[in-house]
Amino acid sequence: MLNKLTLVETIKKIKAKEFSHKELYLAIEKQIQESNKTFNIYLSLDKQALQKAGKLLDTPLAGIPIAVKDNFLTKELPTTAASSVLKGFMSPYESTVTKKLMQSGGVVIGKTNMDAWAHGSSTETSDFGRTLNPRNIKYLPGGSSGGSSAAIAANMCTAAVGSETAGSIRQPASWCGVVGLKPTYGRVSRFGVVSMASSTDSPGPIGKTVEDVSILFEQIAGHDDLDATTPKKEVPQVTKTIRQGVKGMRIGICYTDHPDLIDKKVTKQILEAGKLFEKYGAQVTIVPVTEKLEKGKILKHDFSIGVYTVVQRSEVSSNLARYDGIRYGQNREYFGVEAKRRIMLGTFTLSKGYADKYYIKAQQVRNLYLQNFEQLFEGYDLLISPTTPSYAEPLGASIGNPMFGELEDMLLEPTSISGLPGISVPCYKDEQTNLYLGMNIVASWWQEEKMIQAAHLYESETPWNSWRIYV
Amino acid sequence: MNEYTTIVGMEIHVELATSSKMFCGCINDPFGATKPNIYTCPTCLGMPGALPVPNAKAIEWTIKLGLALGCEIQPYSKFDRKHYFYPDLAKGYQISQYDLPFCKKGIVKTLLGDVRIQRVHLEEDTGKLQHAIIDGKKVTLVDFNRCGVPLVEIVTEPDIHSGEHAKLFLKKLHQLIRYLGISSADMEKGSMRLEPNISVRKSNVKKLPTYKVEVKNINSFNFVKKAIDFETNRHIDLLQHGQTPVQETRGYAEATSSTISQRSKEEAQDYRYFPDPDIPTIRLTKSYVEEIRNTLQELPDAKVSRFVKEYNLNEQEAIQIVEEKTSADYFESCVSLAQGTKETAIIAPTHIARRIINQQEKTELSPKQLIEELISKQRQKQIDPNLVRQAIQTVLRVQTKAIGDYKKGKTTVLMFLVGMVKQELKGKGDASFIETELKKRLG
Repeated sequence: MLNKLTLVETIKKIKAKEFSHKELYLAIEKQIQESNKTFNIYLSLDKQALQKAGKLLDTPLAGIPIAVKDNFLTKELPTTAASSVLKGFMSPYESTVTKKLMQSGGVVIGKTNMDAWAHGSSTETSDFGRTLNPRNIKYLPGGSSGGSSAAIAANMCTAAVGSETAGSIRQPASWCGVVGLKPTYGRVSRFGVVSMASSTDSPGPIGKTVEDVSILFEQIAGHDDLDATTPKKEVPQVTKTIRQGVKGMRIGICYTDHPDLIDKKVTKQILEAGKLFEKYGAQVTIVPVTEKLEKGKILKHDFSIGVYTVVQRSEVSSNLARYDGIRYGQNREYFGVEAKRRIMLGTFTLSKGYADKYYIKAQQVRNLYLQNFEQLFEGYDLLISPTTPSYAEPLGASIGNPMFGELEDMLLEPTSISGLPGISVPCYKDEQTNLYLGMNIVASWWQEEKMIQAAHLYESETPWNSWRIYV
Repeated sequence: MNEYTTIVGMEIHVELATSSKMFCGCINDPFGATKPNIYTCPTCLGMPGALPVPNAKAIEWTIKLGLALGCEIQPYSKFDRKHYFYPDLAKGYQISQYDLPFCKKGIVKTLLGDVRIQRVHLEEDTGKLQHAIIDGKKVTLVDFNRCGVPLVEIVTEPDIHSGEHAKLFLKKLHQLIRYLGISSADMEKGSMRLEPNISVRKSNVKKLPTYKVEVKNINSFNFVKKAIDFETNRHIDLLQHGQTPVQETRGYAEATSSTISQRSKEEAQDYRYFPDPDIPTIRLTKSYVEEIRNTLQELPDAKVSRFVKEYNLNEQEAIQIVEEKTSADYFESCVSLAQGTKETAIIAPTHIARRIINQQEKTELSPKQLIEELISKQRQKQIDPNLVRQAIQTVLRVQTKAIGDYKKGKTTVLMFLVGMVKQELKGKGDASFIETELKKRLG
């Protein structure tokens, strides 16, 4: 049962010596042994984890086990980004995020499965087999941080980290019924994270509760001398403000009037959430969708799919150029279909004669989204929307569907390409399938504390968090 | 020959001598490294997840060079990725600058005409390949010590019209870089690399030719001159036969002073440039640029004019003294020392300049020693001419054999006789005065 405790409870109880590291790690290892074969969550595990934890009782994270997505470089475990190209690669250096976690007393218990190179939203494109959704194994966990989200859902770790480029934390969090936080772009260092789309990659925590991810967020956030895109901004003490509620906040509800979403269950849940926030003193309004830049309206998310597809493929084609077959074990033939497709498309969109039409055009439209959000956040503190249009998709859904991820992440892409922070919290559970829906709460740049306050309030006042009983 | 005009534009790469590399903290000393791959880290090796952080000093020095070349410094600048595949390029792309270089539109004045500078930008150097045989197998080894070293690229307009012109321009550019102290600019080692783009057109045509030939592997100004001269003749020959030279890259062959075709370059390579998302846009404020301008010391051209005006040197002397900053500084400390006291003020700056210029080896005299030497010479010159004549008489009375030799045409004995006279005068006396007097006596 100890593996089912939240991070907050685990730290508290282990510090109070209610149980030992040994008991905690035994519980977690037992769970891993029982379920990893079925779910295929961990790609590698640290057998020394317990030994390391023993010495860490007096640290902020007290030696708790953390699951880390396999695109974070670690010195003691292989890093593959779930691609055969990097099979067996041992990094000579440690990523800033894992270094910070270890300095705060976290133990990297293992590396989790993901879409190869983080290209996808299903964890089905991993070269080491797909991960199953622990809530219902006939379904996908989402992705690309599917392994980390599933590890939380399956109680195979106490906390986890993932990375998001456009939905890769929040979408699998939503599908697995867990909490995922995507920080403001530049808030958490990308140093030592295998680059996917460098202009949007944002490492972030995945956990059981809003408070759990807030604790991890505080530990991993902050300027890094090794990442030029992390400004010297003070990290808000989100665990201190987490209980301050939404009183006086202006909250906008987004995309619920979109034709594709209008009758969906998730739309109903978001509108209900609006009522709840209103009850607690927020001013809640619906933000109408627009096709042109207009004050007080939100740009249709459809265009962002094109923008994101072009920008991300372009950056991918560049970032993967270093795997030239000279180093890192396997040659380029080991790239999977999806990586090859993205390299080809990105090479095309950056080529002479086409860059103007695609890459530059995409950046121009991206700017429109930025302007749109700048305007919107003059009138709103938070924007809420469904995280994904619906429940987790069944196994195999991504196969033969190159735009699968883009459609699943379409509600998150506008904020991702704009670098905004967001958090996904469970907002419904279907009793028949045991599958979850998620609500996405977005704050303005560098204001993660506001979305955390709202998310925590929502989590406390609704029955959807499955660890509620342990809190 | 006069009916054709040579058109040359140059690309010059200069490695900056910053203490660390361009985008990481590794030591920037590829030539001093005792072993391959010792100055490397995840960033310059292009490892997964490693990120570049720009070197502020390298940016400052690039702007310094731009200001010295009279360039406009751009208020906004950025780094771009330039993609191409080569084993010494760790990331599969080079971080360079595409459409927003730090500096644009400068000028270098030479006696054969001005050369406009199109742009000065900053990028990173690549690693180095070594071809070797190990265990009987031909292998290629990569040394990444140089990978990520800050590299400035200077691009000129096609304003150079002869090999000699190129040489003059390069000498001035080299001097400027050495004055700024931003690079060793050593061509042998490759910390300064020269690539002329050469074409030839009929003199009465104004349009630029439709082709150009790039020559690589040149490691001296003389070779640039020779390469341009060789190419000019080759192109004229082809043009006279109704052919257009092929657009290509050629290599310079030292042994034959000629160039050899390496690869044809009919279409420009597509480098798929795009802004490097790992490095935010760089904004250069006016005050920052002014701060750098204030650190600029006097540059060679200004120094030459000042030396002419202030010290009465002729232009040729001033140019020679100013050529190296160390000699200009040495000259000025000698002058200020001489002007310090009444006794030494009899030494004119021109004396000092000539003394420095005429000296064959690098001087090891301190300014004080040099002034003392000049003073004693000056005093010697002030000896009574009659005393000199008396001494000559004394010497000639004894050296009858030497006189005989001299009269037979063995003029070298003259210097021997000068020496004897000086000995007679106990080291005093001006050698040239003694020589003139001797000649008078000997007829």
